[in-house]
Amino acid sequence: MTTFDIVRLVAAREIRVKLRDKTFLWSTAIFLLVVVGATVLPGLLGGGDGAPASVAVAPGPAATALADAGLDVHTVTDDAAAEQLVRDGDVDAAVVAGPRVLAMDDEPSKVVSALSAQPPVELLDPNTVNETLAFLVPYAFAFVFFITSLTFGLQIAQSITEEKQTRVVEILVATVPVRALLAGKVVGGAVLAFGQIALITVVGIVGARLAGAPDNVLSLLGPAIGWFIPFFVVGFVMLAALWAAVGALVNRQEDIGGASMPVQMVLMLPFIAVLALKDNAAWITLLSYLPVSSPTAMPVRLFAEEAAGWEPLLSLAILAVAAVAMVFVGARIYEGSLLRTNGRTKLAAAWRDREAARLVG
Amino acid sequence: MTQLLRLDGLNRAFGERQALKDVTFDVAPGRLTGFVGANGAGKTTTMRIILGVLAADSGTATWGGAPITRDHRRRFGYMPEERGLYPKMVVREQLTYLGRLHGLAAGTVTRNIAGLLDRLGIGERADEPLEKLSLGNQQRAQIAAALVHEPELLVLDEPFSGLDPIAVDTVVAVLREQTARGVPVLFSSHQLDVVERLCDDLVIIGDGAIRAAGGREELRATYALPRYEIRVDGDAGWLRDQPGVTMVDLDGPRAVFDLAAGVEDQSVLRAALDRGPVRVFAPVAPSLAEIFREVAR
Repeated sequence: MTTFDIVRLVAAREIRVKLRDKTFLWSTAIFLLVVVGATVLPGLLGGGDGAPASVAVAPGPAATALADAGLDVHTVTDDAAAEQLVRDGDVDAAVVAGPRVLAMDDEPSKVVSALSAQPPVELLDPNTVNETLAFLVPYAFAFVFFITSLTFGLQIAQSITEEKQTRVVEILVATVPVRALLAGKVVGGAVLAFGQIALITVVGIVGARLAGAPDNVLSLLGPAIGWFIPFFVVGFVMLAALWAAVGALVNRQEDIGGASMPVQMVLMLPFIAVLALKDNAAWITLLSYLPVSSPTAMPVRLFAEEAAGWEPLLSLAILAVAAVAMVFVGARIYEGSLLRTNGRTKLAAAWRDREAARLVG
Repeated sequence: MTQLLRLDGLNRAFGERQALKDVTFDVAPGRLTGFVGANGAGKTTTMRIILGVLAADSGTATWGGAPITRDHRRRFGYMPEERGLYPKMVVREQLTYLGRLHGLAAGTVTRNIAGLLDRLGIGERADEPLEKLSLGNQQRAQIAAALVHEPELLVLDEPFSGLDPIAVDTVVAVLREQTARGVPVLFSSHQLDVVERLCDDLVIIGDGAIRAAGGREELRATYALPRYEIRVDGDAGWLRDQPGVTMVDLDGPRAVFDLAAGVEDQSVLRAALDRGPVRVFAPVAPSLAEIFREVAR
């Protein structure tokens, strides 16, 4: 039995238990439905624009131009008949001599543009971020990191508290090293978190394709997502170690909420800060280097193409150092409090307790 | 593979309180060793040190002569005092998990579980979540958890508490199978009658110190008082006036008495025979409860 085998076994149990948890399955299903709804429905509901506009016109060059533009052309004998069709509501617009365009209350832009001579457009910087995306992407990154870290971090804490509460932890500690147990919990939680994100991403992409989103959305998002993944992984591990410490400090599931307030703050404050300050260049730059907010803020800057090539590397390195430190702190608190089953363990007591360190082998 | 577990001079304090004082005893291969003591005497602390859940301040625990390491412990079986398995997990799955953590191959674990649960009488409940089982059956599952990896040493903290007499017999039979293959078994219990009936060796702990340790009969002999039972045909009340006799219990023709040092038991018998027939005359072996009261005081 290597440590790796133990970590794998512990992680596999975490995953198996979670995959049978009805609450988890339902919340994932609902999450996916929301994603499908958000990507597919706008395309379907915006159908008004999708159907070709209908236009009445007397035969002539205008009729040819309109038909070429893909409009639903009703050919009539004269302008009076065309106007009558508009008044009856049988067509959206009519083109009469002049040429003038007749319509009831909406300006028929498609008809107008079919008749106008438009100069060709050449985009010099075609990847410039479109405004809707620029608005949505920071929210998407922030939400994914916040919700996933909260959900799966809480799950890690609950699983650890359960083992303390039922005292199964005594059997486990007698069998395997405490740190292998901790690593297994974190890996299990991480695999579930990444699995859920991957599923949501795939469903989102497929949904966007079905709804006919422009192809360049993905190529625009690609580099930001590519950077988001390593930031997410390292940031998640950092927070997971803290959640594990929280789970080990308390003895009952009911106490997790109170004990985890500091960790929740560590999650909540950067979440709010990134969203509130995303348009403030100085602040967002600072946030993109702080370990608690960089997993969200750096991908946002990368997406907005405001960060130089070396910046994510530096930020990631800072995050990694912080993660190593937090894993050390979390593991020490975990070791110091795991076997204290009389009430809630004080942080300082857990930090000082070297019980596990005194054990042989 | 069977070895001797030896605890030598274990000390452990919790803050001001000295929980263990120089605890020294052996658990021999193939022997059921009963570990008795009042609440808070140090039984659980001792067991936790053997299993590496607690550290000793000083002293050693050795297995086959070598200090116990994690590799040894992975081959020990442990049942903690405050029962612990996953309530929502299916019995068979959690036993599989624990067996695998102990380093067994998946196939071996599956085989072991099937046999073990059948012998413990909960084979039909194997595929239910633990919390759906009665408390007695949960306890049997807990014992299965300690045995699933064919341990080389068994340490069971109060394995019989909460079991009905039939379940006690079932568990005893399973533990006997273990000692038959040479495994040393250390178990603690409050139920002195069960310990008396069951154990080969006995360790008595009081206030953190070992008060007595050894074979059951050996201890009975050691702690035997110069106490005798006599049954005659008439009233045995005359014994009170015999020199060196202290009456413990008198009930018509039957009496239990202690003899002062240097007084011959045979002289009392002769005096009794002079008065009429003697139906019973025998030394009284102390019960475990009596030894316990004597040494744990």
